Amino acid sequence: MMNLLRLIGGRTASAPVARERLQILLAHERGLRGQPDLLGVLREEILAVVSRHIMLDPEKVIVRMDRGKQVSTLEVDIEVPNGVERSVAVAAR
Amino acid sequence: MAKVLVVTSGKGGVGKTTSTAALGAALAQMGEKVVVIDFDVGLRNLDLVLGAERRVVFDLINVVQGVAKLAQALIRDKRLENLWLLPASQTRDKDALTDEGVGNIIADLRTKFDWILCDSPAGIERGALLAMRYADEAVIVTNPEVSSVRDSDRIIGMLDSKTIRAERGERVEKHVLITRYDSARASRGEMLSIDDILEILATPLLGIIPESQDVLRASNVGSPVTLNNAASAPARAYTDAVRRLMGETVAMTVPVERKGLMNRLLGRRAA
Repeated sequence: MMNLLRLIGGRTASAPVARERLQILLAHERGLRGQPDLLGVLREEILAVVSRHIMLDPEKVIVRMDRGKQVSTLEVDIEVPNGVERSVAVAAR
Repeated sequence: MAKVLVVTSGKGGVGKTTSTAALGAALAQMGEKVVVIDFDVGLRNLDLVLGAERRVVFDLINVVQGVAKLAQALIRDKRLENLWLLPASQTRDKDALTDEGVGNIIADLRTKFDWILCDSPAGIERGALLAMRYADEAVIVTNPEVSSVRDSDRIIGMLDSKTIRAERGERVEKHVLITRYDSARASRGEMLSIDDILEILATPLLGIIPESQDVLRASNVGSPVTLNNAASAPARAYTDAVRRLMGETVAMTVPVERKGLMNRLLGRRAA
């Protein structure tokens, strides 16, 4: 029936596309709803743990999530200032 | 028992105000005592759709701030003696609307009316949150269009988390009202179908309002469509929706235009 209509109208019905796009999008958005900002929480906790041992500039702690099809990667980039041995020694005392 | 019903959508321009006016009028026409509240501070329009724009003296914010008594701000409809309006303020001090202030007004109105209809502003900010805050039931106005359905989904999530009922572990009873529906386009696959929308939103259907010139004609003259032309397709759809709200079982149909021969020949009708 739909194919017949397509032949007559010369256009593809767009409603099925709308429906599919919505279903995919909303499944994703509903998953995020009500959840705390995961990356923000991770960043705070990593910063707290590392700061116990090394003096850090909180601005230099970057946490990034990359979503892939099979696996996602979590990248943690922490810039440690020079003279870190001394800070470690101070922290360890 | 008074019922507080929020008419909401997330997206703007889908027909919240028109639907609030039509549902409120239809309830009043059935003998219920109804107040409609405009929560769109700064952009009030419910007064205009109801034809009461020249009778506004005090507004919702005046009552919240204690400048006016509730009874002074309520405007009684000139055609339906059971229908009242509490208009929004046209000034821009949106922050004047407080949770506590709104709560007090709703509590007061509950003692005086059968139905309290809250016309929500678009968006998901303070005004929209306060409009839904005290609701027992919600009508989510949705157009058969992707952006509207997405925003409705977001609003449903908020009704389930940000309302007093949700915080108490109770449910807000939710209904989807589909407006501007064109069955011909839906059957050609050019528009999301009713089934598509209901499946995606997983919320029961209150009614289907067909796309119709009668809706614009009614707002042009400042009269709810159920009052302005009760026999029109959208008016019958709104009346059916209200009967469902009142617990009646009404078969779900999409009312169609009944065109007279002359109208069909001329292909148009004067307002």
